[in-house]
Amino acid sequence: MASTMLRTSALRSTIRATPTVASKRARLAGVSFVRGKATLPDLPYDYGALEPAINGKIMELHHSKHHNTYVTSYNQAIEKLQEAQQAQDIAGQIALKPLINFHGGGHINHTLFWENLAPKNQGGGEPPSGSLSKAIDGSFGSLDAMKQKFNTALAGIQGSGWAWLVQDTQTGSISIKTYANQDPVVGQFRPILGIDAWEHAYYLQYQNRKAEYFSAVWDVVNWKAAEKRFK
Amino acid sequence: MACNLTPLISPQALEPHISAQIMTLHHTKHHQTYITNLNAALGKLSTAVSTSDITTQVALQPAIRFNAGGHINHSLFWLNLSPPSSPDAKSSAAPQLTSAINKKWGDMETFKSAFNTQLLGIQGSGWGWLVKEEGKNDLRIMTTKDQDPVVEAGLVPVFGVDMWEHAYYLQYNNVKADYVKEIWSVINWKVAEERFLGAQKNAFGMLKASM
Repeated sequence: MASTMLRTSALRSTIRATPTVASKRARLAGVSFVRGKATLPDLPYDYGALEPAINGKIMELHHSKHHNTYVTSYNQAIEKLQEAQQAQDIAGQIALKPLINFHGGGHINHTLFWENLAPKNQGGGEPPSGSLSKAIDGSFGSLDAMKQKFNTALAGIQGSGWAWLVQDTQTGSISIKTYANQDPVVGQFRPILGIDAWEHAYYLQYQNRKAEYFSAVWDVVNWKAAEKRFK
Repeated sequence: MACNLTPLISPQALEPHISAQIMTLHHTKHHQTYITNLNAALGKLSTAVSTSDITTQVALQPAIRFNAGGHINHSLFWLNLSPPSSPDAKSSAAPQLTSAINKKWGDMETFKSAFNTQLLGIQGSGWGWLVKEEGKNDLRIMTTKDQDPVVEAGLVPVFGVDMWEHAYYLQYNNVKADYVKEIWSVINWKVAEERFLGAQKNAFGMLKASM
């Protein structure tokens, strides 16, 4: 348990900037904007650990290729943003917004996703307890009813995207929302639990049978991670 | 009146550029699902029209757009692909289109490179299209998100490339740049030329045939 928590917090810290390498480079280049680079977080479990719900090949590509591309492209976009800021090029800064939203969103979403999954022998699939469990029962009637609504939301995504259990930061209430492409859960809502509905998340194993993936993924949902996000 | 899936010549026909497994799933599962869901939505629409249920008619629009778009896009896509060994897979099968491409982009390689850049810039699922304005020989590259079809008045889809992950993932995984490179070996330039020389209704003629 303790090691799981350590790994989890290490994972979360990668969303924040890690300043060492980039700030050295920034100093060498005489750049006054010092910031860290986003880095690909290590998974807190092996690629094959979520089988049979999600196979090892999917996890490997999803983490080491897809997520890594979001990280790399986000860093590139931020570098361009810094150049535009230095040049006081406001139009250039605004033009970078879609890239930052897409790749920054991809980095945030996947980081949260890895954390809210867990192998069965590390608590994957064990139902939530405490205040989150009460909130789910209060809003949806039961965990099963929530899962059913969640899967309907996932199946209804037209294209690539994510479904999230979110908490309204103003009212505290929870609901299910879908987000297109890599739009991250920011602003009024707090992400509690996310499921990736991009085809790359399941296609090698489930092909067009995405309903089977949506049904199986609950076996590896890490409700402990979701509970920590819920306030 | 329901839409039906038109058979492909052979799922192996585009190998090695697009595998038979991809083609089979793409055609018999993905395209079929768009058709099934379109027919279901149109059935509900028909009921909503006959009962003057306006709110349901409006509520059905996203499902109709998505699933009809999926049917339209895939129908155009299958036809604008060709076995690589066919003379239709060479741009020489499209002399007038080639000339318009050269006029606009300078040469074929520059055009392909511009098209590929657009394809690779799609954020999420979508399509890339070479489009002509009806009555003009002017061309442009467009991308559409998810299953949005090119159906605006006066726009003729000359050819389209599917950038949904299901179109390439089993063969190319995350390396979509390779898929985008390979697709040029199986573009049906003969069909592209016909669409380029025709009107929008000609390009969509196969949809009537699928009813």
